[in-house]
Amino acid sequence: MARYLALRLIDTIPTIFLVLLLVFMAMRILPGDPAVAVLGDMATQEQLALFRERMGLNDPLWMQFIHFVGGVLTFNLGSSMTNGKDVVGLILYNLPYTIELTIVAMLMGTAVGVPVGVMAAKHRNKLPDHAARAFSLLGYAIPDFYLGALLLITFALNLGWFPTNGGGDGFIDRMYHIFLPALTLAFVKAAFIGRLTRTSLLEVLSKDFVRTARAKGAKERRILYRHGLRNALLPLTTGLGLSMLATLSGSVAIELVFNRPGIGKMLISAIAERDYAVIQGGVVVFALMVVAINLLMDLLYIVVDPRIRMA
Amino acid sequence: MSNLENTLNENDQGLLGTLKTTLLDNPGTIVALLIILVLAIVAIFAPLLAPFDPITQSMIKINRVPSWENWLGTDQFGRDVLSRVIYGSRNSLIFGLISPFCAAAVGTTLGVVAGYFGGITDRVISRAIDLLLAFPELLLAIMIAAILGGGFWNVIFVITVAFVPGFARVARAQTMSVKQEPYVEAAISMGVRTPSIIFRHILPNIMAPIVILMMLWVASAIRLEAALSFLGIGTQPPNPSWGNIIRDGLNNVFGSPWPVIGAGAAITLVVLAFNLIGDAVRDALDPSTT
Repeated sequence: MARYLALRLIDTIPTIFLVLLLVFMAMRILPGDPAVAVLGDMATQEQLALFRERMGLNDPLWMQFIHFVGGVLTFNLGSSMTNGKDVVGLILYNLPYTIELTIVAMLMGTAVGVPVGVMAAKHRNKLPDHAARAFSLLGYAIPDFYLGALLLITFALNLGWFPTNGGGDGFIDRMYHIFLPALTLAFVKAAFIGRLTRTSLLEVLSKDFVRTARAKGAKERRILYRHGLRNALLPLTTGLGLSMLATLSGSVAIELVFNRPGIGKMLISAIAERDYAVIQGGVVVFALMVVAINLLMDLLYIVVDPRIRMA
Repeated sequence: MSNLENTLNENDQGLLGTLKTTLLDNPGTIVALLIILVLAIVAIFAPLLAPFDPITQSMIKINRVPSWENWLGTDQFGRDVLSRVIYGSRNSLIFGLISPFCAAAVGTTLGVVAGYFGGITDRVISRAIDLLLAFPELLLAIMIAAILGGGFWNVIFVITVAFVPGFARVARAQTMSVKQEPYVEAAISMGVRTPSIIFRHILPNIMAPIVILMMLWVASAIRLEAALSFLGIGTQPPNPSWGNIIRDGLNNVFGSPWPVIGAGAAITLVVLAFNLIGDAVRDALDPSTT
């Protein structure tokens, strides 16, 4: 198992390197001169030259790339071009909000989705199953930012039950601020996880060992949870991983809807201000988070499926 | 060899036949097809159907509530919301159709090249595809659009890149299995040139799953464009897109909630319709999960 872990960790290094290379190349093929983009059309030639020198834009590309990778490794991503704030500082301020939102939304979505899926599988093609299907169809179709806007309009603006912006201070206040945004993301998650639970469970329940369990008179409850759900965990883990990645993607728009601090909000604001250092920092953070979630899922497999530990 | 080809052809027709029954025998998918038909008509005849110009602003009629004149009211610039939603349908349909097509073209090319030639070519392409597959489509699109900015061609490019890995993976696997077929081996041993093997023997035999994948991803493309436009990195104002109507509406939500409600309902309905059809197609191909 230690060997598997070590291999998996080593495997992320080229992935991260490739991601950084792609981000770097994408930032460099941008049309237009970054110096002009930052200083504006009114800047003199001397100012532009000084800026290029300071930002290392005159160095050969490979040297710029080494500086960039070195910067990422030493937590130095430059400073915001609009307000001079340190990019890593901005990221460290915003990151907890995004992680918090992703985790709370995942917990809420799983807490609703798994029981819904079990109910649907248990009462296959009966009323609970049809209700669950209608729920998942809606969850798949409604864009999260639209659902978020509807919840915001109804419960925060019209009824005044919830705050309309911000992230909150202190645990209770933060949970109060996070409720509607997390509920929005959780609704879509629950639809997906519910559907997946149903499918995986039905697949397992059609296996021979389930028939044997029934034949020897095991209780339906035991069959459903001990034989069924336990064995449906592996596909479910994959689904949770995908779902967590989707939650992270969704958080960008949701942070915007609820005017909540977070990496997505930071990135979108930076785009509006053409603040390239912050855009680059935000993109790198998202890329690293995706790599981290994929790694986390692989580790979860080991916990869920003992056979992988042997390999 | 002729026997084998006959079987393949029969399978193809069986597939099309199943598709036809699945789509036309189920009330749900018939409603879905009708919604898509209405969408197509609205998008094509937008100039005739929209009661007002979607872009012209009017200071004297801002933030009106829904009325007989303006069914969905007006926005903060005095533009008729219904007209904007109607014109927005063009945007959704264009991106919904063009992006999966571009992604299919690029992805299939990469997948066929990787699957057919194997070796180092395959390793490089597969590695890149695996890397891209690790990213959710929306996040990948947001990251690229963040760097490139919005606008028509950028949005097409961004959605295409987000969808390419999926097509490439399917095309690669299909190519590898078709390449094992005796008729391809026979063609190779008879000295048929590689381009003609690819175009005559490989491509026609891997097109069915690619076309189905393309259909399944129309809804995703519509959703992606809406999300990007909502974030301000998709279709740029004043051109109406369902996503940027919601964005503008949310900024003026105290003035009138109707732009948000109207445009959002349109996206939900259309995506629901495409998903219903997608589900039916998937079920017809793989009945074990229903």
